[in-house]
Amino acid sequence: MLFTSYRFIAFLLVLFFVYYLIPKHFQWKLLLVASYLFYAFAGPKYLIYILATTLSTYCASLRIDRIQSVQAGYLKENKGKLDRKERKAYKAQMKKKQRQWMIPCMVFNFGILAVLKYADFTIGNLNGLLRVFHVAELPLPGFLLPLGISFYTFQTMGYLIDVYRGKYPCERNIGKLALFISFFPQLIQGPISRFDDLKETMFSEHPLDLRNVSFGLERILWGYFKKLVVADKLLVAVNAIVKNPGQYEGAYVLAGMFFYAITLYADFTGGIDVAIGVGQVLGIRIQENFIRPYFSRSIAEYWRRWHISLGAWFREYLFYPISVSRPVLDSSRRCKKRGQGWLSRRLPIYVSSVIVWFVTGIWHGAAWNFIVWGLLNCLVILISEECKPLYEKFHKRFSVKDTFWYRLFEVARTFWLMSFLRTLDCYRDVGTTFRMVGTIFTEWNIGELFRGGLMQLGLSVADYGVLAVAVLLLLAVSLTGRTGSVREKLAARPVAFRYAACFAMFTAILIFGAYGAGYDASQFIYSQF
Amino acid sequence: MKKVMKKRILFYTGAIAASVLILTFLQALLMPKYMTSIPEGNLVEEYYRDTKNHDAIFVGDCEVFSNVSPVKLWEDYGITSYIRGSAQQLPWQSYYLLEETLKYEKPRVVVFNVLAMKYNEPQKEAYNRLTLDGMRLSPTKIRAVNASMTEGESLMTYLFPLLRYHSRWSELTSEDINYVFHRDKLSHNGYLMRVDVKPAGQIPKAKKLGDYRFGKNAYDYLDRMTKLCRENGIELLLIKSPSIYPYWYGEWDQQVVDYAGKNGLTYINFLPEAEDMGIDYEKDTFDGGLHLNLSGAEKFTDRLGEVLHEEYGLKDHRNNKRLCDLWQEKIDFYDAMREDQEQELRKYGYLKSYSTFEEKGSAE
Amino acid sequence: MDTIMEILKDLHPDVDFEACDTLVDDHILDSFDIVSIVADINDEFDVSIPVEEIIPENFNSAKALNALVERLMEEE
Repeated sequence: MLFTSYRFIAFLLVLFFVYYLIPKHFQWKLLLVASYLFYAFAGPKYLIYILATTLSTYCASLRIDRIQSVQAGYLKENKGKLDRKERKAYKAQMKKKQRQWMIPCMVFNFGILAVLKYADFTIGNLNGLLRVFHVAELPLPGFLLPLGISFYTFQTMGYLIDVYRGKYPCERNIGKLALFISFFPQLIQGPISRFDDLKETMFSEHPLDLRNVSFGLERILWGYFKKLVVADKLLVAVNAIVKNPGQYEGAYVLAGMFFYAITLYADFTGGIDVAIGVGQVLGIRIQENFIRPYFSRSIAEYWRRWHISLGAWFREYLFYPISVSRPVLDSSRRCKKRGQGWLSRRLPIYVSSVIVWFVTGIWHGAAWNFIVWGLLNCLVILISEECKPLYEKFHKRFSVKDTFWYRLFEVARTFWLMSFLRTLDCYRDVGTTFRMVGTIFTEWNIGELFRGGLMQLGLSVADYGVLAVAVLLLLAVSLTGRTGSVREKLAARPVAFRYAACFAMFTAILIFGAYGAGYDASQFIYSQF
Repeated sequence: MKKVMKKRILFYTGAIAASVLILTFLQALLMPKYMTSIPEGNLVEEYYRDTKNHDAIFVGDCEVFSNVSPVKLWEDYGITSYIRGSAQQLPWQSYYLLEETLKYEKPRVVVFNVLAMKYNEPQKEAYNRLTLDGMRLSPTKIRAVNASMTEGESLMTYLFPLLRYHSRWSELTSEDINYVFHRDKLSHNGYLMRVDVKPAGQIPKAKKLGDYRFGKNAYDYLDRMTKLCRENGIELLLIKSPSIYPYWYGEWDQQVVDYAGKNGLTYINFLPEAEDMGIDYEKDTFDGGLHLNLSGAEKFTDRLGEVLHEEYGLKDHRNNKRLCDLWQEKIDFYDAMREDQEQELRKYGYLKSYSTFEEKGSAE
Repeated sequence: MDTIMEILKDLHPDVDFEACDTLVDDHILDSFDIVSIVADINDEFDVSIPVEEIIPENFNSAKALNALVERLMEEE
């Protein structure tokens, strides 16, 4: 079920209604049923995967929790009797036992994801190799991905690792765990939540709170506005440009980059707005996934403000574990001993960064362009790390650091850098991407763009007009949001103003949204037999 | 607290009412008006504004609304009729329109043009809209929509046409603004007049089909039509209007003959009678043989009137003063339009303000 | 505590580590810094900071870091 479908809206309305009519201790159960219904709609046969993940994780986490209880009990009992060495050994042994449950569960779940998502890619590349040796190629299995598998697998494995790390006790109620894993607003675009973030808010009782409901609905409305009036509309132009690379070179590539930056932002943050808004109407607090990312002044900052939950997941479960792991730190120490201080400092960071960004790349998609994109991000981040001393010297010399213009420069620089990297996402093919980006510098056709080129892309002047106003509105809201919640400020205005603003937005979505069969008089032309 | 609550409720009631009004207005603004082009879009809706109680009701596709003239039927035979036709009207749409019509009146005879039997599935969204948008909201309309929807269509867009036509915001013309709240009458009891002439030219050869059988779905709705008429004591007359194109296969004709035989209905294929009726495809068609123009339609109507009067005993009501007055108005409107069209033909060489079908090609 | 201060000052000389207690929350220390700090502390104090302890609470201030190190040294 797409967010932008009549069905989903009907589903939401019914759910909201029933949710506040039933006894409050049933609310989370209703959400579980709703989530599975939502999931089944995408294809009932795919339920088996999410059920397998739920069951395997439930069992493994229970077992790990049991071992931890046994450990705690034993240590308490023998408080004075064991010396430090024995205690350490016992703990290590128990940790090993826990790993015996955790590792297979992780292999199983990540394995499902890996096979379903990357089988075609891996075999495809293998076939390329086989082709060189004139060996018969393997058939591509062509698996279809179950809904949200990239999101819920990561979310669930995060939970498992947290339990293993003793962050919190496991969830004993399989229903509650199942809801955490399958919570429908998060299945489509995330965010990837932590269990301890959601636990309180998800399973508690939710009396009807008009503020939450109205704020949530406003947020959902805002999300739809972004998706339908901005993202889906502008996507037409983006597609025209990137699907015809031969025809649209030079300045068109630049335009495509710019449009894609806007359309991706609108679609992604819009989807998250709907997800968080739905949560809010239900009284459930979901963590933010974006904080005005295009206002970032550096790439590092950008990745702290864009798709926050993914970055946090990788940082906590991949980056730190690798960079502070025994093998990595030992190598680093050895470098230091050999007098290679510069290498020792960099080794843990570089190794983990490359791995994390490689995985980030393939998480986004099973294709080379995503891998290249991930590694390029890594490259840029590491280069800017290396350049830090240079920047510091510059700022000592010229005191521009906190001036408005320099900040603007930083924001623009970050925006365009990320837009350039994202072209890999647009053209989907590494070679084509580099070639097209190259034409930006070789083809000087910016005049053509403004002499009618823009009108060839599927959007009319009226459409661009609406888009310009909408984007300005997005900008205005973001700027307003820097000093506090926009909805709070709206709620502080007179009721009539607030109602009018929401109604205007609702009407704008209905009228200007890019949905439905466009009215096309030529359809009424009877066609000749 | 109570006063604040009251104020709140009052405000929200008012606000929601205003919102509904605004959205209704926007919907009316953005829906296509079908005034200056594609007047077929208004056919279904015009029925509701007319007086009911007709002797005969015609249902079917463009071969009824282009080739039959109720005014002529009145002038020559005193028979009252209405054509509930529309562009590419499909069998299920004919059935549901008939079902709806019977809520307003009970005619003596229903005439159904069987060309549409060749369609068994939903066809084009554009034509669906021409036929269905004009229907008043009712359970019948919802059933008609469900039977008609093509892949990707949604019932919501028929309940709230704003959802379908919203993208016209950038294509609004003065027509949209002038006709927000009303429409001018364009048809003559469902007949769309054309006086211009385009002689039949090269007729493409009929292709051989793989399978000539009408589909189960089409037969199903024909059955329902038959049953509905029988239950209401109405005579159902099946016809095939004269035309050169699209080709009416003998295999199709035979199936209708068989069906009529089996169900005790009369079926008249008027194609072979064209010459007898005096129809000359050099002079009597405005689009090269797909449809008849005014002179052709009147000739066909004459023959139809004969059938209805003699075979079905439909009485001549020209002694009824009330009806005479009513139909005199219609005759005046008819004659005025004919004059206007003929004047445009003389002035411009073509019908400037009466473009019905687009230039290209064949209609359904 | 002095060693910890040294390690921190080495990374960011112009930050007031005595007073600040939102080092992580305000992004004064980023993830690269934290890795460096962990490596240095492990070496200097001969402890092994486990991944579970890499949480904002432990790195938000020099004082918190100090507490962490002391706790780990005790357990060793």
